[in-house]
Amino acid sequence: MYVAVARCRKPIIRFAFPIFLIKLNSKRSHKHEQLKLLLPVILPVLLLSIIPLARGIYLGFTDYRLGDPIQFNGVENYIQLARDEFFWQSFRVGLVWTLAVTAGQVLLGLALAMLLNTKVRFTSVYAVLMLAPWAMPPIIRGIVWRQIYDMDAGWLNAALLHLGWIAKPINWLSSFELAIPAVIIAGIWGEIPKAAVFLLAGLQSISSDLYEAARLDGANTIREFFHITLPALTPVLAAIVSLSFMWNFNTFGLVWVLTQGGPGGLTRLPMLAAYEEAFRYGYVGYAAAIGNVMVIVISLVLFTYLRIQFRERLA
Amino acid sequence: MFKKASIQVLLIVFITFLLFPLLWVLATSFKTTPEIYAGVPGLLPASFSLEHYQTILHGSNVLSAIRNSLMVGLLSTFLGVIIALPGAYALARFQSALNQAVLGWILTSQIFPAILIMIPLYVLLRSLRLTDSLPGLALVYVVWSLPFVLWMLHGYLKSIPVDLEEAAAIDGATRAQIIFRILLPTLLPALGAAMLFTFISAWNEFFFALVLMKSPDAVTLPVELARYTGMEGQARTGPLAAASVVATLPSLLLFAIIQKWFAGGLLAGAVKN
Repeated sequence: MYVAVARCRKPIIRFAFPIFLIKLNSKRSHKHEQLKLLLPVILPVLLLSIIPLARGIYLGFTDYRLGDPIQFNGVENYIQLARDEFFWQSFRVGLVWTLAVTAGQVLLGLALAMLLNTKVRFTSVYAVLMLAPWAMPPIIRGIVWRQIYDMDAGWLNAALLHLGWIAKPINWLSSFELAIPAVIIAGIWGEIPKAAVFLLAGLQSISSDLYEAARLDGANTIREFFHITLPALTPVLAAIVSLSFMWNFNTFGLVWVLTQGGPGGLTRLPMLAAYEEAFRYGYVGYAAAIGNVMVIVISLVLFTYLRIQFRERLA
Repeated sequence: MFKKASIQVLLIVFITFLLFPLLWVLATSFKTTPEIYAGVPGLLPASFSLEHYQTILHGSNVLSAIRNSLMVGLLSTFLGVIIALPGAYALARFQSALNQAVLGWILTSQIFPAILIMIPLYVLLRSLRLTDSLPGLALVYVVWSLPFVLWMLHGYLKSIPVDLEEAAAIDGATRAQIIFRILLPTLLPALGAAMLFTFISAWNEFFFALVLMKSPDAVTLPVELARYTGMEGQARTGPLAAASVVATLPSLLLFAIIQKWFAGGLLAGAVKN
């Protein structure tokens, strides 16, 4: 996995700005053949990805409702969004969710990766077992955690009652105080393996000579971590943090199954809000506008990531 | 010695946390309904029962949903390979503006939330009366997983030397013959990984299927199972657990197959030291 990250590093910068780097050194005969090979890719992508996407972005600037004629209305959607308390609420929750899950998965993933990177027994067994959450479809993760949190048949209440820590069952997912933490814990649990795999691959690529030299100089574990491990891991960390941010910000299925956005819209992430606007109420243009705002947020994160990578390369 | 023991303990705590929900749902699926509601936090079922697996296999939509999911998964895997292989070859072997554009799309496509594609796609497919169509959904999934598959295959192809192809070309082989006779055999491991990736992402996908698949005959497994949330009740918890286990099986099988290679590659350095 790290090989893939390392390889991407340069191309990411190159391919992110294809317009500036067009190369025209191909021969004419090749051009024809290449088009023939790429056409099966380009046609479906154009029809099912690029054209719908362009149209989706455009719809964000219209007042389109399903069944009605489409009318361009400029930035009116965005003015309305700025005044929409429900939208702000979902955006706030989206940011809290994204930051908490990203931080949790990266920190715990790093801890797990560092533990796996030691010379103790059974690490290869653990490295496989830790993938369990990843092997479950997001919907199933939601269903399983729902069952764990379930008020009557859930494991959590049964265990806490058994231990005598609570007097009566708690309705975790319907509680205003507990719903968000409960959803975030399920989210972190599901995303730890991804981070741990990336980071373990990163740790493996750090040369052991560095640690030996540090040990000769009398460095302790903490100094080693801050002076060798962390700097060497920065590119991988930047990649996994920004990718996770993008993925987590776009979460839909897990939370849909856990709470459907409840209680009272408390866990309605931006994707859930957009889905409801479009497919429950039919405000298609408005939903597309939410999508456009999400693109801006994600682009900002990606841009920051590319800048970090770029600085790495120049350094 | 003490340090090693404490690392071992921490690792076991970590792995228990990660593994626990899977074990819990597995145990629940084999418990009888009264035992599920007995409120005992134990993991091992008191009596081993297959009633919930029988429930989902008979008298419910789950079986047809599994069939639909399998069909969409296999179809998109098959289509994906046919489309991606020549494309990845072109990306790896030629240098051109077109190439840069396709690779640029691969990366930029990742920043757009699914809702922006979904809305126009839904409007389009609805006007064509193509919602509820399994091949239609499969095609959407092909395009959705294409960026990763193309990226992976093109990277792999680049690492195969061109000498082999040049020799074949001198002997008069056509481009198709070169791709299918010479490259395909060396490419099989990467191709297998790409196919598994496509299948699993189609099998797991929820959002597109939720919007596009409306009729009960056409829903895929994740959509069918998500329907039951909010109505667990006594009758549902057990069957839902059983169905969750079934839905996890394909990816679990995949991880079982690749685990040796995976753990080997991941911990290569540790073994060497």
